[in-house]
Amino acid sequence: MRFVSPLVAAALTFAAGLVLFSALGRDPLAAFHAFFVQPIDDWNGVAELALKAAPLMLCAIGLAIGFRAGVWNIGAEGQLAVGAIAAGWLAVGFHGAGSALLLPAMVAAGALGGMAWAAIPAFLKTRFNANEILTSLMLVYVAALLLSWVVHGPLRDPQGFNFPQSKEFHDAALYPLLLEGTRLNAGVFVAAAVVAAGWWFMERSFGGYTMRVAGLADAAARYAGFSARRTVWVGMLAGGAAAGLAGVGEVAGPIGQLLPSVSPGYGFAAIIVAFVGRLHAGGIVLASLLMSLLYLGGESAQMTLDLPSAITGLFQGMLLFFLLAADVFISYRLRIAAPARAPREAAA
Amino acid sequence: MTDQLVPILVATIAAGTPLVFAALGELVTEKSGVLNLGVEGMMLVGAVAAFAATAASGSPWSGVLAGAAAGGAMALVFAVLTLTLMANQVAAGLALSLFGVGLSAFVGKAYESVSLAPSPPLAIPLAADLPGIGPALFVHQPLVYVSWALFAAVAWFLYRSRPGLVLRAVGESPQSAHAIGCPVIPIRYLATLFGGAMAGVGGAFLSVFYTPLWVENMTAGRGWIALALVVFATWRPARVMIGAYLFGGVTVVQFFAQGEGVAVPAQFLSMLPYLATIVVLVLISRNINTIRLNAPVSLAKPFHPEVA
Repeated sequence: MRFVSPLVAAALTFAAGLVLFSALGRDPLAAFHAFFVQPIDDWNGVAELALKAAPLMLCAIGLAIGFRAGVWNIGAEGQLAVGAIAAGWLAVGFHGAGSALLLPAMVAAGALGGMAWAAIPAFLKTRFNANEILTSLMLVYVAALLLSWVVHGPLRDPQGFNFPQSKEFHDAALYPLLLEGTRLNAGVFVAAAVVAAGWWFMERSFGGYTMRVAGLADAAARYAGFSARRTVWVGMLAGGAAAGLAGVGEVAGPIGQLLPSVSPGYGFAAIIVAFVGRLHAGGIVLASLLMSLLYLGGESAQMTLDLPSAITGLFQGMLLFFLLAADVFISYRLRIAAPARAPREAAA
Repeated sequence: MTDQLVPILVATIAAGTPLVFAALGELVTEKSGVLNLGVEGMMLVGAVAAFAATAASGSPWSGVLAGAAAGGAMALVFAVLTLTLMANQVAAGLALSLFGVGLSAFVGKAYESVSLAPSPPLAIPLAADLPGIGPALFVHQPLVYVSWALFAAVAWFLYRSRPGLVLRAVGESPQSAHAIGCPVIPIRYLATLFGGAMAGVGGAFLSVFYTPLWVENMTAGRGWIALALVVFATWRPARVMIGAYLFGGVTVVQFFAQGEGVAVPAQFLSMLPYLATIVVLVLISRNINTIRLNAPVSLAKPFHPEVA
């Protein structure tokens, strides 16, 4: 039954889309087609769908490992940016070296960069008891400013007419393209491998089991001797590593250089993906495809419907609201009852 | 330096005011046992609603009302989800923030090139003429004085009034409050709506008085900083004020340092408010008992009279 509510939520989001489009004075069916169908009605569209789903599923699987254990890392967007900075620094530093080791080194640097950024809230949580929601989120803003400094300062392209951007990466620093005529690249394999590893860790390993126990029954985990600190560290570092890889995927993939912004909010959207995917690997893959479609639909809406692409964020938020509401009707049985007259009786 | 002191103080108070509104509102919400992480979203929606209303009517006060109403409406969505439908408060709060970012960006697109007439500050007669502190404290936007009144009202309400006592009881032990006949859920609804409305007013101050412009994501994390302030203040109104102006000061020092040509890249100066938030959170959380003794006991724990 737990898997019904994401479907209900998706259906309600589509329905709300129809209402929203007509409220905005568009023909609802035509708009619906332009938003949800047109973006993926050719191979290029399908390739774009997979391309945008990759960072979403990467961030979401990493977050899910933490969320299952009650570790609320909501700073994936910042960890993604630091992963991109780490990989980008290597790409620019070894530009033209043409070594086949450059891309693997960038992947490793990205994962480590993301982990380093996630280690800060993990350390502050385990050592000083500081709320990881707030610290990880504050670090998103710090990471964005760090990226801004990097592209304005040390890594600015000297031949870039003073634009805040790095030089375009050498081919050796880019994921090879998979399909001629599309932007789909080998980064999707990295995403798929990480999702598979995440599935194995969460469902088949003892470490994943201890994390689940910690999330479901904190006291039971303590009684069993599972370290609460270890839970925080594993949850945070898994999220950081995966988000860092997503950052590499962006700069070594569709973007191909460092820009002042390397993600349209994938790290935040991944929170929704993780919940809609029920913190489960298979669900996360499906949810990331849906979320990717919302991004593509937003772009399509801007081009064909003359609606701002920010409409994507509206749909993302609605999806999560509907999911939370649908969960209620699955967790609880509704009973129509006369309102209790006095609270004393209701408490009985 | 001394001739700069008055402008620095004035700017500090202005920069702290959105935080005062948002954090005092969230304080009341949390005192009732509800953790609403959607402050950022409510502030943004409040900001864009206030900007739209002011642009349409020409009156900044209608903007403030629109901001409060929009923030309250956002909080209502959260309240229905968490209080009636018993959804997880952390998840619903995150959803509210993400939704608010999206909604405000969508609505705000039409206002990106609009500018509002700046509102003149209001000098309090006589008080403004006091040497030194007069110009620093009593020549501000009218909404700043409202924020001081709000502080007094919240402090009095929570600690000196009977409804405030009931609200705190609901936040400490909803079961006990329910057992003696307090309507727990309606009280939590009201506290949540108040928090939303105040976040909306904080947003309105930003978009209508402070900048006055609409820029996508213009709150830049102030909603989250407000949440951190409530923890930093150990859930006490007076400390919320101190914290808010401390952060206002950090924001302002950064601008003055840039103006003075300090040889540090601007981005690093802009990081200061966020790093300061982390530092104060660490300082206050370091002793686990500080949080344990001061946080409302039932914070973020669901309660339903017919399920509990």
